[in-house]
Amino acid sequence: MKRLTLLACLFATQPVAANSNLPPANWAYRQVSDPTQEASAHALIGELRCLVCQGQSIADSDAELAGDMRDLVRRRIAAGERSSDVRAWLVQRYGTWVSYRPTREPAAWPLWLAPAALLIAGGFLIRRRVRMTSGN
Amino acid sequence: MSRAIRFAPLAVLVFIVVSLVWRLATPVDTNVHSKLDGKPVPMFSLPPGIPTKAALSAADLATGTPHVVNIFASWCVPCIGEVTVLQALKARGAAIDGIAVRDRPADIAAFLARNGDPYERIGSDTQSRVQIALGSSGVPETFVVDGKGVIRYQHIGPIDALDIPMILTKLDQSK
Repeated sequence: MKRLTLLACLFATQPVAANSNLPPANWAYRQVSDPTQEASAHALIGELRCLVCQGQSIADSDAELAGDMRDLVRRRIAAGERSSDVRAWLVQRYGTWVSYRPTREPAAWPLWLAPAALLIAGGFLIRRRVRMTSGN
Repeated sequence: MSRAIRFAPLAVLVFIVVSLVWRLATPVDTNVHSKLDGKPVPMFSLPPGIPTKAALSAADLATGTPHVVNIFASWCVPCIGEVTVLQALKARGAAIDGIAVRDRPADIAAFLARNGDPYERIGSDTQSRVQIALGSSGVPETFVVDGKGVIRYQHIGPIDALDIPMILTKLDQSK
């Protein structure tokens, strides 16, 4: 009997709801009709970080909050705001964390300097190799 | 090849192992903290969450007394347990307002009937707009707002019974 009750309980369980019962926001899965505006919204959406699935952009994420953020971006750009202003508005709230585009802050300097440093180091290596072989 | 270069791979290995052990021992804080802490609540005006209760706008948070603003949802499981804690906070004199994220009036009413109702006002934020404007990244989250409408504290995740004295101190400091 106990086993039967447990079995009945097993079938009676429901997955715990992690999402709301509301439909996605208007622009979450819809494009703006103006192609230039959609292009600039799309570019920004690919560079904004999802607050739920950290590591995904809001273009990739299916989280409801990501949908609401896509709606926010498209709504503001459709209303005539520049995409840099929308990004700045979000950075004001969530910090540079929310944007994938590297900033000019000192923390990002190694990132900007690395390609030049690697090129110079590579140049030196090649010069040494060439000298060694020509010396033989 | 000089002796120093011969030991370079070992040095790199030690560096990697030390980094891994360090980050495993002290994990990174993955919470996204609002940058509006210390700044005024952005302008907003939300419709009422349930018809029988007052709506919530930014002006309601700048009335001279500090407020607790709880971001919750009827579909959020940790929010259920948090209601008891919010009611204890209310019993000790805190003014608590709610922002219901992506919710329907009937669902909010059922949630309050089942778990209790600590809220003075409830605003309905159906597309997370005010949540994003506040720099909040999930439910539940709680803000302490001072009498002038300036955000003084953000709590990410459910408030625990053990957090009550801390929240009351924050409210006292916000007077």
